[in-house]
Amino acid sequence: MYAIEIQGLSKSYAVGFWKKQSQPALRGLNLTVEPGETFGFLGPNGAGKTTTLKLLMGITFPTSGSARILGKDLRDPQIKKRVGFLPEQPYFYDYLSAPELLTYYAQLSGVATPGRSQHIQALLDRVGLGDVGSKQLRKFSKGMLQRVGIAQAIVHDPEVIFLDEPMSGLDPLGRYEVRELIQGLKDAGKTIFFSTHILSDAEALCDRVAVIHKGELRGVGVVNDLRSASAEKAEVVWKGTAALSTLAGHLTESHVTGDTVRATVSTETLDLVLEKLRQQQARLVSVTPLHGTLEDYFLAKTSESGAAEA
Amino acid sequence: MTSRLSAITLNTFREAVRDRVLYNLILFVLLLVASSPLFGAISIGIQRLVLINLSLTSISLFGVVIAIFIGIGLVFKEIEKKTLYTILSRPVRRWEFILGKYFGLVLTLTVNAALMTVGVYVALLITEQKLTTADARLMVAVYFIILQFLMVTAITLLFSSFSTPIFSAVFAFALFAIGKFAGDLRTVAAMAHGATKWLTTAAAYAVPNFASLDVIPQVAYNQPISGSLIVYNTLYALLYSAAMIAGAVLIFERRNLK
Repeated sequence: MYAIEIQGLSKSYAVGFWKKQSQPALRGLNLTVEPGETFGFLGPNGAGKTTTLKLLMGITFPTSGSARILGKDLRDPQIKKRVGFLPEQPYFYDYLSAPELLTYYAQLSGVATPGRSQHIQALLDRVGLGDVGSKQLRKFSKGMLQRVGIAQAIVHDPEVIFLDEPMSGLDPLGRYEVRELIQGLKDAGKTIFFSTHILSDAEALCDRVAVIHKGELRGVGVVNDLRSASAEKAEVVWKGTAALSTLAGHLTESHVTGDTVRATVSTETLDLVLEKLRQQQARLVSVTPLHGTLEDYFLAKTSESGAAEA
Repeated sequence: MTSRLSAITLNTFREAVRDRVLYNLILFVLLLVASSPLFGAISIGIQRLVLINLSLTSISLFGVVIAIFIGIGLVFKEIEKKTLYTILSRPVRRWEFILGKYFGLVLTLTVNAALMTVGVYVALLITEQKLTTADARLMVAVYFIILQFLMVTAITLLFSSFSTPIFSAVFAFALFAIGKFAGDLRTVAAMAHGATKWLTTAAAYAVPNFASLDVIPQVAYNQPISGSLIVYNTLYALLYSAAMIAGAVLIFERRNLK
């Protein structure tokens, strides 16, 4: 059983004055997420990430397709007891204090009354808000609100947690804190599905990622595989500029500092380049494989033309 | 279900209290205090009549204004601020949310009216030096005012489930004003003929009958209120409100939130 199983999920919005034009926001999304997996849903702004999450949470209804969470249809309200959700740039009832807000959400999620207040205090401690007392949320900083947001998403100890842009708009310290919280959930074996356009966060946290662009799934894969797939280059450093002229056309790029040449070479031509350096009696300093980044993969996938554009 | 419903109800009430909605009570007390020299300046008997008329009308108007102005934002604000996202992602059914918000506002209005009523009795005690059993009829008038709140809140909720706050307010106020003359509309319908009769009769029965809920003059003049009117008004207000809420739920259940 998959933790999340999405089959042909599509969403179109009626636009125009008479609402007669249909604008697709999501086109036939197929995706599965394994239990315990941390899954990154990547895409530029307006790609369809939030639409997907809103469909999965029952906030909007799909035009076609279906989805199952923990083996149950997402229209089954009972499944929501096992699911947590942090919306993008969340706004909470600012007249409440953090313990009041979490108590409210705990009541709605069916958390049993005995031991509830101790559980909420422990949760506040866990997200670093144990000392906020009765301060109203309207006096909280953005980072504090985001931590409250994560606390409300896990107040009922869900198995699957959906996070929509959890690091968006946070300063580096806030991002670090939220990343640590997500890492803690990952270590606890939770299934985490989070959307982001901050690739470094996805790279640090995710087991697998999917790239979505213009409402269309462009690629899915294991983060390490995707990085190695795009790691088809090596950096070669040698002494002696004389060999540079004979290698023209074999180097992707090169920089000369004094007598030292630092060049990027594709792995296909690496043997040839090394052979030519030996022939030129250049002194080889180092050969380092260059690791591809998720950014390379992301840029490659988002620059491809999808079915919608074909 | 009950715990979710009561949680939403109490949170809506708490929001109203913390947003200082009940501050209108202060205005109400000031109104009573400021007008008290007027009561003293007029003869005994009329003094009581003026006090009851003025205070019960104020309770009604304050409540209706609060019902409409908070009611138009009950659902709209939750959608605009996206707080609804964190509600609907839990095992909360949409009808539970609508009903919880409705009960929350009705609770606010009832507490408001109850506190105002205490104020009226205190004012009566000061001006009349004593309370009589006839003054208990005041409670029936207040009860009818609360029934009126049930209906106005339900109507506003229905409009706000598909319209913008401004339009919802305009529609709700318009329907409230028309409903005040529902009795006259029924009289016109009875005198009409042919197709006009059908149309006016349909309109007369479709609009909320707030006229029958207004017993302020009877209470002020110490006239009795029949038990059958109490039963009729209770059933009418409950059924009308239920129909409005059912409409709001039907619309909201199908609504794609932005």
